[in-house]
Amino acid sequence: MTIQLLVFYMFAAVAIAAAVMVISARNPVHSVLFLILAFFNSAGLFVLLGAEFLAMVLVVVYVGAVAVLFLFVVMMLDINFVRLREGFLQYLPIGALIGLILLVELILVLGSWALTPADVGAVAEQPVPSERTNAEALGDLFYTDYFYLFQAAGLILLIAIIGAITLTLRDRPRVRRQRIAEQVYRREEETVDLRKVQPGSGI
Amino acid sequence: MAVPLSHYLTVAAILFTLGIFGIFLNRKNVIIILMSIELILLAVNLNLVAFSAFLGDLVGQIFAMFVLTVAAAEAAIGLAILVVYFRNRGSIEVEDISLMRG
Repeated sequence: MTIQLLVFYMFAAVAIAAAVMVISARNPVHSVLFLILAFFNSAGLFVLLGAEFLAMVLVVVYVGAVAVLFLFVVMMLDINFVRLREGFLQYLPIGALIGLILLVELILVLGSWALTPADVGAVAEQPVPSERTNAEALGDLFYTDYFYLFQAAGLILLIAIIGAITLTLRDRPRVRRQRIAEQVYRREEETVDLRKVQPGSGI
Repeated sequence: MAVPLSHYLTVAAILFTLGIFGIFLNRKNVIIILMSIELILLAVNLNLVAFSAFLGDLVGQIFAMFVLTVAAAEAAIGLAILVVYFRNRGSIEVEDISLMRG
């Protein structure tokens, strides 16, 4: 019991510290690395909550895909980061003020939240089954009750792929590409020219 | 559960606020703003999963999964737009991004 609490405090502290470093690090590459750390520790919190499948998805999708995407973009673009840091202190007071107000409000509203044992499972639309694993139960729901939403999520990802590719794909003028339509529409008369060559003389 | 619900909600609230704060703090750097948005979505996911665990309802985790999907798509599109913008303008300062044309 205490060990669980200790582990919670460790994950929470590291996640929050990493989040602080994400927004305050000088070098964006460090920011991305701290973002990865924050995601790892949040995955630990998810495991503590009993959501193992989501924790693993968080590690695979965020650390494996999104954070690496960020890292690639940060490293590939030749950006003058010193200029981007200008005005950092200028926005600090107002940002800190708004952040503080928001935090106090959120903690006042949410921090006092406590559930009585009667609440647990009372309003549950899909109760957590005790005899099956988290991934099994989630999969059951995804492929039955929430199948259309699951398909819609896949569609969103497909649109994102198409959008990202069409945005970043560019035609360079001197690159030679295969043009399949032209190949298909080629006719013999346009391409092959038969000549009668006289022996002893060229064309 | 050994850890009370309010602890999780407080952590999520702090992460959310840090995300908002990051948007204010790095007004010029779009990459950090995108990362702050990811932090905000992470805090939302933490809230959803915490309530799901404490109320004994799996729907929260399912919704967190959809939030994750949309966040991944958003990051991909945002970074693609950023790359195109950098190619056209040679900088990613937010203050320059006031026109729709390149």
